[in-house]
Amino acid sequence: MDVMHIKVFFFLLYICMTPVSKYGSDVDNEEGSAAENEENVKGTAGKRATPRTRRGHARGRARRGGEEDEDDEDGTRRAGHRRHRNRRGQGRAAGKEGSDSDGDPTKARKNEANQKSKEGDEEEDEKGGKSGKGKKEKKQDKKPDKKGKKEKANKKKKDKKKSGSGSDSDSEEEPITEEELAKLKEEVEEKKKLIATLRNKPWKMKKKLSVLKEAQLFVEKFEGALGKGKGKKFYAYKVMMTKKWMKFQRDFENFKTACIPWEMKIKEIESHFGSSVASYFIFLRWMYGINMILFGLTFGLVMVPEALMGKPYGSLPRKTVPRAEEASAMNFATLWDFSGFAQYSVLFYGYYNNQRTIGWLKFRMPLSYFLVGVGTIGYSFMIVIRTMARNANEEGGGDDTSFNFSWKMFTSWDYLIGNPETADNKFASITTSFKEAIVEEQESRKEENIHLTRFLRVLANFLALCTLAGSGYLIFFVVRRSQKFALEGLENYGWWERNEVNMVMSLLGMFCPTLFDVISSLENYHPRIALRWQLGRIFALFLGNLYTFIIALMDEINLKLEEEKIVKYNMSIWEANLYNGTIPENSTAPPIQVDPADVPRGPCWETMVGQEFVRLTVSDTMTTYITILIGDFLRAVFVRFFNYCWCWDLEYGFPSYSEFDISGNVLGLIFNQGMIWMGSFYAPCLPAINVFRLHTSMYLQCWAVMCCNVPQERVFKASRSNNFYMAMLLFILFLSTLPAVYTIVSIPPSFDCGPFSGKTRMFEVISETLEHDFPSWFGKVFGYASNPGLILPFILLMVLSIYYLNATSKSYKEANLELKKKLQSVRNRELLKK
Amino acid sequence: MGNKQTIFTPEQLDAYQDNPFRQRIAEVFSEDGDGNMTLDDFLDMFSVLSEMAPRDLKAYYAFKIYDFNNDDYICKSDLEKTVNKLTRNELTPEEVSLVCEKVIYEADVDNDGKLSLEDFQHMIIRAPDFL
Repeated sequence: MDVMHIKVFFFLLYICMTPVSKYGSDVDNEEGSAAENEENVKGTAGKRATPRTRRGHARGRARRGGEEDEDDEDGTRRAGHRRHRNRRGQGRAAGKEGSDSDGDPTKARKNEANQKSKEGDEEEDEKGGKSGKGKKEKKQDKKPDKKGKKEKANKKKKDKKKSGSGSDSDSEEEPITEEELAKLKEEVEEKKKLIATLRNKPWKMKKKLSVLKEAQLFVEKFEGALGKGKGKKFYAYKVMMTKKWMKFQRDFENFKTACIPWEMKIKEIESHFGSSVASYFIFLRWMYGINMILFGLTFGLVMVPEALMGKPYGSLPRKTVPRAEEASAMNFATLWDFSGFAQYSVLFYGYYNNQRTIGWLKFRMPLSYFLVGVGTIGYSFMIVIRTMARNANEEGGGDDTSFNFSWKMFTSWDYLIGNPETADNKFASITTSFKEAIVEEQESRKEENIHLTRFLRVLANFLALCTLAGSGYLIFFVVRRSQKFALEGLENYGWWERNEVNMVMSLLGMFCPTLFDVISSLENYHPRIALRWQLGRIFALFLGNLYTFIIALMDEINLKLEEEKIVKYNMSIWEANLYNGTIPENSTAPPIQVDPADVPRGPCWETMVGQEFVRLTVSDTMTTYITILIGDFLRAVFVRFFNYCWCWDLEYGFPSYSEFDISGNVLGLIFNQGMIWMGSFYAPCLPAINVFRLHTSMYLQCWAVMCCNVPQERVFKASRSNNFYMAMLLFILFLSTLPAVYTIVSIPPSFDCGPFSGKTRMFEVISETLEHDFPSWFGKVFGYASNPGLILPFILLMVLSIYYLNATSKSYKEANLELKKKLQSVRNRELLKK
Repeated sequence: MGNKQTIFTPEQLDAYQDNPFRQRIAEVFSEDGDGNMTLDDFLDMFSVLSEMAPRDLKAYYAFKIYDFNNDDYICKSDLEKTVNKLTRNELTPEEVSLVCEKVIYEADVDNDGKLSLEDFQHMIIRAPDFL
């Protein structure tokens, strides 16, 4: 959708830049010259339209009005000659340009005779015979195009390419009948279809080019004819615009491809490590794109308006650092922790004022905040589902094992490898896989092992569950402890206690996957299945961690809500004290000017939540980077340099160089994104931080992969995993939106901070906007529409349509299977006939 | 910019010589069947090998590549050559012949002992890894 809008915009710009005049003169000339340049520069480029001057056609035909006895080819060639002459003047191969456009039939015919004699059947000969021109010109000459009005009957033509009838646009001598027109239209459509699918045909390039030229010539010749008498100008204009649009599309595609960032880096990695590792980086790049858009939304619509048009820092109590914290507000430690000045800025929820409109633009800040929050989630959903649908279309069929050996033979080589070491690994893995398949084929299954395998698998699953439960409890315990610390005041504890939760989560994320790996060696699955189990377990681990974290946060939120009541009470006392000293309470007096920093502040749970997420993201990033540096880089340095003075061979033995852990990294990326989605409503700075993180991550990981990792031993292709990752991403997206939506809908916003302060629920901003800003009938309509009596049937309708679509898709699948079976039986029958 | 090179030393070029079917690819797309290509053939090759080419087109050309003796059928000897190229002659001859028999058994639909274009296409279109 978005791409289409951008395209249309640029197309209009493009049109403005190229001169547009009435169809016939300039367009042809310009396209002719453009085509010339293109032909000269780009050689054979496929579908480029090389138009002929219509006037050339017309002139040719008009001139030959009297020459009724020429046959097809001659006429074509003459017209061709005339065209060329009109466009290019000299520089022609001898013998062709003899034909004089003022009509010298004999000479022309002689030239044509010469021409004919020179021409053989093969295009190659013709090409070889001429000189000085591109192939295209020669093919034009040979093209047996339609000739004059005499050639009415299509039925006479045996060869499709020669077909064509109807008069040309300029000659008024014979009217076209309706059926001929229809037939002509049909043929033009056919030719157009041929042009469109030409790339997919398995012919040699020359054949393709000649067919293309013919078809294009034909189409171009008759498009004008078709439009005759039926608003020809408009039709011609339409055709011209279509051509321009196609040309523009191709240029736009080229431009788009050139703009893709990091393409060279990824290709290099692909050639060294195979397509599965590269798929991780492609995924990273895609996430970067999404985050850029989210960043654009939050930055442009929330942070910038508030920064530019909202009340400046220090004017309101909520926008100022409280007096108590002022001393340490600028310390690096405080800033790194995202408190102090960072907390009281546009980066977090608490800074925003609940004024309905701000600035001279009357920008509705609370509404924009709410809508941006909802919009980021909605956009993410849309784009993930769209990508999934696209991926699903490309994958065909199911997991057939009916062609095991054939597929091994024909599709196992990864053509994207460009490095001898990887190639060696690939050869070895192919050999191993063949041997395994042979052995499996030859051996009969040993019955005894099944029970052992089953027992081992059950044991492995049990161990994995224990690990998961253990990690969940550990996080819960740590969070409880940190709450205890918070109650006692954080100043008494050191760095570890303060960041305990984050550190524990990151450490768990580092060590548990390896544990799962060890456990999975008990299970003895096929590697692909083992990978899926591994991914599933790590996924469950991260999910458990995340949700425990959220539950802990909910506890804190409730605490803060309790605190609010107390603070409200305290504030009223404080105000009373302020007034006591000066004026009695009853009279209306101007409010005393108090420095905003001194006003007692209510607790702000939203900012607290935002801060937690930001801290978690930052610590996660740091952990990843440090892991890469230590786990990969230092290990590689150690192996490389200590190999000389060590007892066993380090490179082949224990540490050796590390391989790139695709699944771990992808999961880390997905969970990172989940945290962003959860937290971006409360901390608008999160997408910005994430963009920065992904950017540096790309460079760091590209460098680390090329420098410290070795290609994997089992090099397998990334083909089916893409949708698996997308499915996980979708799941995480759904899970991330749940907490945010829950808090929006059911927890009252803080009374003292944020754009929704003072309301009972955050979504009330919508109803408020409807009341004030829209005409009254709109509000009424909305009121009717949000009636439960209307919404429930609507939901029911949607559920029913989902069910129906599911049923039809199942029936299509079954029909598909039936057809396959029929095909098979037809083949068998033919076999028997033989 | 960056690490792009435009001039390769012979040693570096050697490092890229790992595609086991490089000779066949060149032969299939070349004019004279010998591996010499004009610009058109070169473009043809890249057009087929690109990501945007439809699968049946790729299947057609893949068939031609694997057909070593150019007889429009993939027979057992073609298969043997393929396997040996893929594994760099690491498998024993019995294993090789077993593999070839399995392939013919799996993919040969019209039961003539060799793979025709239809057999091949029918088999390869379903493959998830076919790029």
